[in-house]
Amino acid sequence: MATDTDRKVVECMLNNGIGFATSVPCKQLAGVIDLVERSDRILHVPSNKEDEGMGLCAGAHMGGVNSCILMQNTALGVVVNTLATLIQFYSIPLPMLISFRGEVGEKVACQAEMAIHTKPILDQLHVPWHHLSQPEDAGKIDGIIRHAHMCRKPVAILADAQFWGSGR
Amino acid sequence: MNRCQLLESIVPVLRNRFVVCNIGSPSQELYRLLDQPSNFYMLGTMGLCSSIGLGLALAQKEHVIAVDGDGSVLTNLATLSTMANNPAPNFTLLIVDNGSYGSTGDQPTYAGRKTSLADVARACGCENVVECPAEQTGPALEEALSGGRMSVIVSKCRPGNVDVPVVPLEPVVIKDRFMRELRNRSRS
Repeated sequence: MATDTDRKVVECMLNNGIGFATSVPCKQLAGVIDLVERSDRILHVPSNKEDEGMGLCAGAHMGGVNSCILMQNTALGVVVNTLATLIQFYSIPLPMLISFRGEVGEKVACQAEMAIHTKPILDQLHVPWHHLSQPEDAGKIDGIIRHAHMCRKPVAILADAQFWGSGR
Repeated sequence: MNRCQLLESIVPVLRNRFVVCNIGSPSQELYRLLDQPSNFYMLGTMGLCSSIGLGLALAQKEHVIAVDGDGSVLTNLATLSTMANNPAPNFTLLIVDNGSYGSTGDQPTYAGRKTSLADVARACGCENVVECPAEQTGPALEEALSGGRMSVIVSKCRPGNVDVPVVPLEPVVIKDRFMRELRNRSRS
C-alpha cells in the first residue's frame, strides 16, 4: 500500500522526466515500486541484480529516456565495477534511490553490517550521497535528481527506515 | 570461422545499424572492421552488453543489435529472463559463441562444454531463439531484423583472436556520437 511519502517520491521522479525505472525489491521500496509499476509515464523493468539494472538504465539513457534505479544498500558491493566502468566512465546520469537498511529502526540485525559500509563505499567511489531520515525529506529528491542530470553522474539517495515510516 | 571472421561476414548487415558491442576483442575487431557513429563500444563492465541493448531498445524505436559473447552472457545469465519478460520487438541479441573467453586468452567457457545458451534462452522464455553455425549468421541476422519480434541468435564459431589495438576513442565520445546519430536518425 503506497504512502504519501511513496507518492511524493514518484512525483519527484516524474517532475524530472524519469521515464524508465528498474528495481530489485526491498520491503521499504515496495510502495514506490508498486506506483512505478502502475504508472503509465514510467516503463518499469525489474532486474534480477543491480548491475544488470544499471546496464538497462544506461541503455535507456542512451535511447533518450531519463532513467533511475531502485535498490537496497546491501547491493552496493554488486555494483562497484558497473558504477566505475559504465556509469561514471561514460558520464551517465543515474539517480539511485537506495533503501538504507540497517540504520536506526532496523529490525534485521544482519542489515546493520552493510549499513556500516554503505557511505564508505559511496565515498570511495566519489558518488555523492544524500541521507534522508524523515518523511519531510521527500521533497529534496526533486533537486537531487535534477543535480544528477545536470552533472551527468550517479547520485545516491539513502532513504532510511525513519524516512519510510515505522511500519517498514 | 573465428569471431573476427564472423564479424567481417556480417559487416554489410551491421552497416548503419545501431550496435552495442561487447567489451574487449569484439569491440576492437568491430572498430577495425566497421567503425560508425551508431556503434556503442563497451570499454569495460563485462556482462552488460545485452542489458544495455535491451534498455536502449525499450527506450526508442530504432532496431538495436547487441553483439555479445558466450562468456559475457554466462556472467549475466539472468538477462535472458529479463529479455523474455520484457520483450522489445526492435531488439536482437547476437551471442557470438566461441566457447571461450577470447579477450583473456581463450580459456574455455561452459557454453563450449555442456551448457547450451540457446536452451537456456528458451527456458527463460525467449520465444525466437536460433542457433546457427558461424557461416549462417548473416542470413539469421537479416531474418531477425525483418521479423518484427525480439530474437536471440546463438552463433557457434571457433575460438581465436586477431591482433588488434584497443579502441582509441574516449568513452564520452563513443556515447555522445552514438546518441547524436540516434537523435538525427529518429528525426528523419
